[in-house]
Amino acid sequence: MTGRYVGRRLLQVLPTVAGIVLVGFLLIHLAPGGPIIALAGDSGDEEYYAFMTAKFGLDRPLPEQLATYAGNVLRGDLGVSYIQGRPAIDVIAERLPATLLLAGTALVGSSVAGVALGAWAAARAHSIRDLAVTSAALVLYAAPVFWLGQLALLTLALRTGLFPVQGMTTAGGPETGLAWALDVARHLALPALVLASQEVAAVARLTRAGVLEELAADHVRTALAKGLSDRRVLVRHALRRALLPVVTVIGSRPGHLLAGTIVVEVVFGWPGLSRLLLTSVQTRDTPILLGIFLLVAATVVLANLVTDLVYGWLDPRIRYR
Amino acid sequence: MAGSTPASAIADATDVAPVGRVGALGRAPRRRLLRRILQTPAGAAGVSLTLLVIVVGLLADLLAPTDPLVPAGPPLAPPSPAHLMGTDALGRDLLSGVVYGARTSLVVVFATGALVLLIGVTVGTVSGYRGGRVDDALMRVTEFFQVLPRFFLAIMAIALFGPGLDLLVLVLGLTSWATLARVVRAEVLSLSQREFVEAARASGASDTRIVVLEILPNALPAAVVYLGLLLAQVLLLEASLGFLGLGDPNLVSWGYLAGQAQRFLRVAWWLSFFPGVAIAFAVLGLNLLGDALTDVLGGRR
Repeated sequence: MTGRYVGRRLLQVLPTVAGIVLVGFLLIHLAPGGPIIALAGDSGDEEYYAFMTAKFGLDRPLPEQLATYAGNVLRGDLGVSYIQGRPAIDVIAERLPATLLLAGTALVGSSVAGVALGAWAAARAHSIRDLAVTSAALVLYAAPVFWLGQLALLTLALRTGLFPVQGMTTAGGPETGLAWALDVARHLALPALVLASQEVAAVARLTRAGVLEELAADHVRTALAKGLSDRRVLVRHALRRALLPVVTVIGSRPGHLLAGTIVVEVVFGWPGLSRLLLTSVQTRDTPILLGIFLLVAATVVLANLVTDLVYGWLDPRIRYR
Repeated sequence: MAGSTPASAIADATDVAPVGRVGALGRAPRRRLLRRILQTPAGAAGVSLTLLVIVVGLLADLLAPTDPLVPAGPPLAPPSPAHLMGTDALGRDLLSGVVYGARTSLVVVFATGALVLLIGVTVGTVSGYRGGRVDDALMRVTEFFQVLPRFFLAIMAIALFGPGLDLLVLVLGLTSWATLARVVRAEVLSLSQREFVEAARASGASDTRIVVLEILPNALPAAVVYLGLLLAQVLLLEASLGFLGLGDPNLVSWGYLAGQAQRFLRVAWWLSFFPGVAIAFAVLGLNLLGDALTDVLGGRR
């Protein structure tokens, strides 16, 4: 991987970010009632309207408005939530850790489990266990995540009481230290499992396909012929090369994963961004909605960037044109 | 499912390989195509499930026992001969809701599919055939639409413009065509180098004529194959929005039904179970169909 490749790839981020900022701007300006209603709601007082008009330069010509808006957004200043009367970015930041904890756990867990299951299935292609993994993956990939969540709640939480039903902590439970962490982990287990299941399905299917392809390749036959163990060949020779496309898929799914997180949060009463997002839709609290949209978009762009760089590092054949 | 290639698993991937050589697909082999799909168990299941949803959606008025929005029995009654899928908190028949939900899904999938096909094929064809600067520019735009988070964009649009089926289709369609455009572009790129296209060019055919008569008929099968997998994702996305209560308030959808079930999970498992089964079947059907078509057309090896 050359510095030139890294530089070119970094430079590509700029138009993408500009485009995302522009999409937000367009939506606000196309909204019925115009940008001031979109940004400040239809029940604000004159003083507040004047404040938001000045802040986003809404009395200025359109190009100037775009510049002001872009400047505000890039500084992380999304305006004031008119429901909460606080900067939107602060309101979002409060809810973010819980969502990131859930999404992050699912991302890491599903990547590891997906690769392991895919390789495990491919090692005995067309056996019972391969059939079991591929069928399960097919069904999990088709099942809506809220339904899996509801089924998990019904069977694993409500019937057996193995898992807590709602929330992130036990009311009146420990508030600090190890006991608190364990309490959170117990609440986290089921939603993270549900959220991970679809990603596991996608990763496992792709890993299995990749490993099968590699197992038929010449370099694997050579490795087996020189007497290496099956296991070593599978992990070191087949899986290693098969992982390249898997990296791309894992890196291209954060948008999907975050959408799933919102839905799973609703099912399990997880105190993340979901409730904020839904109440903001009902109250048309645009600064919050815009902030969440931009945040997710930025995460996706960043994840794609990291994926491409990791890919370039893993596969020395990649040279940017 | 695909023997070695999980086509649906990489539906969201950034890099999409061309579906492959389908140029030889004439009229006679097309009839054989259906038979070959039906010969594999996965393909047959995919065709049956997809057909089932289409038929139920089309005949919803005949198949639904009652009006899905009007109480028809005791509230929260479990599944029984009178109400095969039970009733909700207002005594509305769930089976009728699921049947009409199929129609909503059908409308969303077909309308979004048409929009995606229109934009994706246009962008992909122009990009692949013109090449050069036009190709570069269009591919930058396509990459941009691939990173745009559809779900969150849809939520913001719904908040600003109000919920509705037309807006939903518009947002889903405008944000879902990117991967399809790349598939079509790859097809067109390789097709435009083929002998029969060069022959047409040598005989003095115009660009429009070459694209419309020679290239598009051969590139479309690849687009349609991919469209099935793409629409499965659209269906899941629509269900998630419905679950959050952001769907069209005047229509029953599977996601909406599952969302309403959330509050009654402890007392009425059927309210969540049946709409979820319907979504999973429909998505599974589209995925299996897409995978089977890919296999039969010999793509993506």
